[in-house]
This record gives sequence, structure tokens and C-alpha cells, in this order.
Amino acid sequence: MLKPKRLSLGLTATGLLLAASVAGAQSLNLYTARHYDSDQALYDAFEAQTGIEVNILQGGADQLIERIEREGAASPADVLMTVDAGLLNRAERAGVFASVDSSTLQQRIPAALRHPNDLWFGFSERVRVVYYDKRVYDTPPLARYEALAETRFNDEVCIRSSSNIYNQSMVASMIAAHGVPQTQAWASGLVENMARTPQGGDTDQIRAVAAGECSLGVGNHYYWVRLALSDDPADQAIAEQVGLIFPNQAGRGAHRNIGGAGMVANAPNPEAAKAFLEFLASNEAQQQFSAGNNEFPAVAGVEPIDALARWMDKKLDDLNVSVLGDNNADAVRLMDRVGWR
Amino acid sequence: MAVSTRALPLVTRMALTARRAGIWPVMMGLIALFVALPVLTVMVQLFTPAGEVWSHLASTVLPRYLVNTVGLAVGVGIGVLLIGVGTAWLVVMCRFPGQRIFEWALLLPLAVPTYVIAYAYTDFLQFAGPLQTLLRDVFGWGAGDYWFPPVRSLGGAIALLTLVLYPYVYLLTRAAFLEQSVCVLEVGRTLGRGPWRLFGTVAVPLARPAIAGGTALALMETLNEFGAVQFFAVDTFTTGIYRTWFGLGERTAAAQLAGVLLVFVLLLLLLERVSRGRSQYFHTSSRYRELPRYELLGAKRWLALGACALPVLLGFLVPAALLLQMTLTGGDQRFGWPFVGYVFNSVSLAGIAALAAVGLAVVLSYGVRLSQSPIAVAAVRVSAMGYAIPGAVIAVGILIPLGWVDQRLYRLLSGEWGWEVGLILTGTGIALVYAYLVRFLAVAYNAVQASLTKVTPSMDAASRTLGKTPGGTLRQVHAPIMRGSLLAAGILVFVDVMKELPATIILRPFDFTTLAVRSYELASDERLSQSSTAALAIVVVGVLPVILLSRAMQRSRPGQSGRN
Repeated sequence: MLKPKRLSLGLTATGLLLAASVAGAQSLNLYTARHYDSDQALYDAFEAQTGIEVNILQGGADQLIERIEREGAASPADVLMTVDAGLLNRAERAGVFASVDSSTLQQRIPAALRHPNDLWFGFSERVRVVYYDKRVYDTPPLARYEALAETRFNDEVCIRSSSNIYNQSMVASMIAAHGVPQTQAWASGLVENMARTPQGGDTDQIRAVAAGECSLGVGNHYYWVRLALSDDPADQAIAEQVGLIFPNQAGRGAHRNIGGAGMVANAPNPEAAKAFLEFLASNEAQQQFSAGNNEFPAVAGVEPIDALARWMDKKLDDLNVSVLGDNNADAVRLMDRVGWR
Repeated sequence: MAVSTRALPLVTRMALTARRAGIWPVMMGLIALFVALPVLTVMVQLFTPAGEVWSHLASTVLPRYLVNTVGLAVGVGIGVLLIGVGTAWLVVMCRFPGQRIFEWALLLPLAVPTYVIAYAYTDFLQFAGPLQTLLRDVFGWGAGDYWFPPVRSLGGAIALLTLVLYPYVYLLTRAAFLEQSVCVLEVGRTLGRGPWRLFGTVAVPLARPAIAGGTALALMETLNEFGAVQFFAVDTFTTGIYRTWFGLGERTAAAQLAGVLLVFVLLLLLLERVSRGRSQYFHTSSRYRELPRYELLGAKRWLALGACALPVLLGFLVPAALLLQMTLTGGDQRFGWPFVGYVFNSVSLAGIAALAAVGLAVVLSYGVRLSQSPIAVAAVRVSAMGYAIPGAVIAVGILIPLGWVDQRLYRLLSGEWGWEVGLILTGTGIALVYAYLVRFLAVAYNAVQASLTKVTPSMDAASRTLGKTPGGTLRQVHAPIMRGSLLAAGILVFVDVMKELPATIILRPFDFTTLAVRSYELASDERLSQSSTAALAIVVVGVLPVILLSRAMQRSRPGQSGRN
């Protein structure tokens, strides 16, 4: 099993200073901002099924977009994969994607989770939830994102920096629901309620809630699931102590985002790219793709991992996720104005 | 003479210069241009109107970026000067317990990337981290019952960046102290200077080019820092560049911010130059003997020991131990054969880049020495600017010209000859090595330059009078004197490349992973304990050349080469 790896190791090294020519008939060049080790199994399954080999370049989404732009017509990229619709929108505005005409994808991926012109498709769903300290609150203390700005939660909220795309997209969804002025008033109240300077990642917010630094936190659902499923008893204890709220159940639903992908405009292997995207929408791949990061499958009827089953009845915001990208710059500026670092 | 040559056309002047100095200045000009290209690409953006986004920035976040950036630079600057120069003097001039160990141990923090020390410490010291949790458990405190210095703050950033950046100052200053002729110091002693005054009035002023060079490196590293300051929740100019670029989607304004940062760095360097005035720093004596050391007694011994032990402990041992602990309890599931590949990739890239950078640095500094023209000096300064630009920005500055050339090559090859070889430069090792040269040439150049400055021109003159060519003079006169500095330059670049992240990520070939990239992949996915394995490997692999460097420098002191 490991032997070919050892061989390819040597080859990679010798080929380092030579041209990396990866354009070939039976290959697919994937630029991806997802880096879960489990994704490798997915690519292997695709190769076994189609005979198409997957070459991978991982990196930050923004950097990958920039590279595809600069490589221009000669870019080897076939598919760009990333998380968050805000980033997919950025790629789309940079002219990275070409529309894919596939009835399979149109049927299987819900309209709200793909670009209106099929420039990109969402393959998994993640939800931005509110974490709360079960020792402080017997029952969930709030039911809507809007309540995070209420004065009763003064100095209680932990949340990461506004430089993070997840927060930008959440605010973008607030803008879609309430408009800029009202969202700004809300964000201003939220900043007042912050227990500390925004810092760390989503997991750090959960840990802070569990440690008692704040009683409320904001983050994506899967970070909590990861702790709950961890081998480390300390992580499990943290998850045990922190409750999850899927907000706005009585209204528009909880803010959701996607992990998604699209075909690159100058893809040298467009057929392989289409085949790969359709493969990602298959039941088998859906399960694996979403399980890799404890997310919800995008295709209806595909079962998520057991740990997510309890939330299958939750209402999620039906807003087309492409709007999150459209509102992104407004969201960032708004957060700049209220001093959300 | 000066007036008459200046009146000549540029080409004639260049030809005249060329005849005087051989092909060195011409080569130098070409190299400088080649390396400066990405920097110039970024600078060009300064002159494109960016619209109203500037007024948004100025009225919201820019003041905070400025205050933080200046605070960070001043704090780290003072910190690295104190630790770097102080410990260098102690280990070179004094005798105290452990002194010979500290000579090399003080370099160890160099192997720890800023982002690694940042996450090791923030994770450990934050409210939810193990230390504060332990304190709360032991004393029964709750949140708000006690005060603990917040690690994610400007102060935390200054302290921890200082701990891994001071070795730049230490390394160059120590080399300078070692290269100082004992005559100068003894003259100082004979004239009645005690150790403190000798340090302050003779040794430090003489070592000034080296001290300035090291501090400049540390400060540039501080200014372009992105990953670590994010961990510390401190918004600097560089954070602003990223946010403006990627968050606001304002590429032009972001490049302009980068340009402003560059101007800031240029001013700093200029200031140092101006304050140095017309003084020159040559060694005119070739008499080197074993340096007479001060024997420290009593409490002084332990103070010296403590002053040297603390930076090593906090800058290397503690973070390495924290990483080791995380690796043992969590750790990377891919540890094994894939890791050998990552190590190989990291080391071979770093090795190639180090050789190339030292080679170019020698040509550049020698070219400057031969031509003595202000244009040459300016060209080199610009080509060394890449160090001050945030990695992701320089990567884009590289992608633009490289992509341009690549597109044309692609069309030529596939159109004219039907060769479907894809892109030759972008996404290959060539692009990576080029990127490292652009980023780290300054590191090699500063070290080589500082050493070359101290060789008196009368040696050049003598050698040339005796019929040696400039190349021959370099090989037979300068190279032996500079050997230690050349090695230092190479290893500094090597270690820097090992740690480099943003440019590597965006420019690397398919399926090509280095240790830094692997560590980033897991850390960016908030799997800190898993990413600790790769981080620890960076540190371990980086430590070996650092120790090597230190030993070689010890031996390379003129007058001591025959003793081993």
C-alpha cells in the first residue's frame, strides 16, 4: 500500500525542477481549499470508478483563485473546490468558473445550494450555530441570531474575528434579511456584548464557553461535532458541557453555508471535470464528502453521519447561498465600521 | 571627472564602468532587476487610482493598523537589540558557566517559525488553555477572579516575536564581534576602558553594520508577519493588506497598502544609513589572536548565565516541549513515509534556494563594491525589498510576470512546435526557488554585505595591483575572510525557506507538500495537536543546520582556522 508512495516521493523530487506537465487524457487537476485527509478516499473511489487520475493542489481559496487567474488560458486547473459560498462567489467574479450543463447536478443539488447559472454547486451544508454553557443556562437562552445583540448578554459572547469568511457570510445573510442599517445596529450591539477581543478559531470559542470565559459562543456546527466524536475524553467533556442552538427556527431558519466546487473556465479536461462534479453528487460520494467534515449532505435523501441525525428536522435558511457572496463587501465594511476586529 | 562622466550617455558610462570593474556591475544590474521584478510589480499598483475604499479604510481601521504596527515594530526592535547584542557580547567576551554551550544554543530559536511559537504559546496560555485551567482548578478561581496577562495581545505578540527573531541580531553581531581585531579592543583596554565602556564605545560602534543588518531583518520579518499576529489577535498593516485584498476584494488598494509598508521600510533603512553618516568600518589589521575574555565572578556569573538561558528556554525549549507533548498525545495520522517525503521536499527546496541566494548575494555585494555608483546601491536595495513584503503579496507579484512569460512560452511552444508541455514556470520548482530568492535575498545580502564592508579596500587595491582580476580577488582574498559569513548567509536562507509558508502554498506544484504546508493544512482546519507533528519536524530539521552554522562560525574566526 505504501510502496507506490515511496516511489512517487522520489519522482516528485526529481521532477521538482522540471516542468510539471500534468495535462493528459486520463487525469483531472483539482485545485482545492478543502484539506481533509479523508478526501483522499473519495479521489481514489473516483479513480477506481472512471480510471481518471486526480492530481491535487491544496491551498487557501484566495490564493488558488489568484493562481488560476494568472495561469490564464494555459491553466491546468479543471475543478476548483472550496468551502463557503462567499469564496465561490469571489472565484466566480474573477471569471474562474464556466457553467456546467448537467441534468444530474440540476436534479440532485437543491437550487438554493448552487449558482443560478450553474457556475458552481454546493455538495455539503454547514450551519452557523450558537454555543451556550449548560452550567449557566438550563434551557437555550436565545432563539434568534438577533438576540445576540440584546443588552442582557453584555460581556457574554465569544466570537472570532470578522476577517473570517464564516462571520462575513453570516453577516451577509443578516443583510439579506434586514438590510445594511439594521444589521449594522445589530453588529454594534454584538460588539458591545463581546466578552473578549475576537480571537482564535471556532473551536476556541467552544473551549472558551466550556472554560467559563463567556456563556455564549458562535461557530459552525461541525467543530462541536468533532469535539464530541474525539478520542480525547477532555474534548468529549467540553462538548458535553456546551449546548447547541440552531437559531431562527420560527423564522427564516438557521444560516447555512456550503462546501462546493465548479468547473474552471479553461479546464483542459472539461469532460473529466463534469464527471467529477457529477460523481460528487452521487449517493456514495455525498456520504463520504459530508462525513469527512461532519457536514450535512447537500443531496436530499442521503443520510448524514449518526451524530447529525438529531438535527435533520432543523429549519435552514432558504436564501440562495450566492447572495452571501453578493453581500460580502457590504458585510466587511459594516463590521469595520462597528469596530469588530 | 565626475561631471564629465555624468554628461556621457548612460550606455557609454556603463561601458566605462564595465571596463574598470569587469562584468560584475552588469551582472549585478541584471540580477537586481530579475529579483526586483515582483517588487516593482507591486509598486506599480501604487499609481493606480483605487477609489473611495481609501476613505473607508482611513475612517475605520487604518489608525488601528498604524498604531499596532508601529508599536509592534518598536517593541520587537528594542527586544531583539537588547537580547541579541547583549548575549552576543556575553558569549564572545566573557567566561561564565555554560558559555560555550550558549554560543550555539542561543541560535536555536531561529528554527522555530513565528506562527509555530504563536500557536504553541497561545494555546497553552489562553483562558481555556492548560495552565490557566490548572490554576483555576487548584485555587478554585472562576472567570474574573484573577488577573493573568492576556497572551493574545500586542504585548504577547511583541514578547513572542522577539523570542524567535533575536537570533538574527545575535548571529550577525556575534560574527562581527568575533571578526573584530583584538588590536582594536586592546587599544581600548590600554586606554583605560572598562568592559562596559569598551562594549559601548568600541565594540558596538564597530559592529554597527552587523547590528543594523540583523535588526533590519528582524523588523522586516515583523512587518510582513501574518499568521502569528492573527493568533495574537493584533491587527497590523499586513493583516489590513490581506483583509482589503480578500475581504473587501480591493486588490489595488491592498497593493497600495503594501506599497506604503515598503516606503516605511525604506525610510527605516535610510534613517540608519543617514545616522551612520560617512563613517566606514574596515579592519585594517590582520592580527587576530584568541580574544582575551573577561572572567565573570560571583553573582555576575549567574546573571550572565540567566541572561543567556532565558531566551533559549522561552524561545526554543518550552515551545519545542509543548509541541512534543501535543505530538505525543494527538499528532499527525500521516506520520510515517509521507513525512519522509515532506522532509525531503522541504530540505531540497531550502538547500537549492540557499545556494542560489548566497551566490547572488556575493555577486550583488561585490558589484556594489566595484562600481560604487549610487544607482547600483539603489538597485540592490530595491531587489532586497522582497523581504519586507508579506509572502502572499509577493507571491502574486511573482505570479503576474511569471504568468505573463509562461503564457507566451505556452503559445510559442504549443502553437509553433505543437509541444503540449503546459506551464513551464508557474507551479514548478522554478517558480518556488525564484520566489524564495525574491523573499530572502535580503537575508543573504545583509550577511554578505556586512562582512564585505569590513574588508578594507586597500586589500582589493593590492590584489588588483598584483594583477588579479576582480573574480580572482574575490576568490583568493575575500572568500577566505568571508567564509564564516557566507555560511551564515546560506544557513539563514535555508532555515527561512524551511519556515516559509504563503508563497510556497500558492506557487507549489501538484501533490507537492512540504512540512510547513502540512502543518498549515491541519492548523487552518483547527487541528492544532495534529499539526504539531509537522511543526515539530520543521524545528528539528532546522536545528541541525543551525548548530552546524554555529560550530563553523566558531572555527572560521581569522587566526583560529589552523587550530582544528
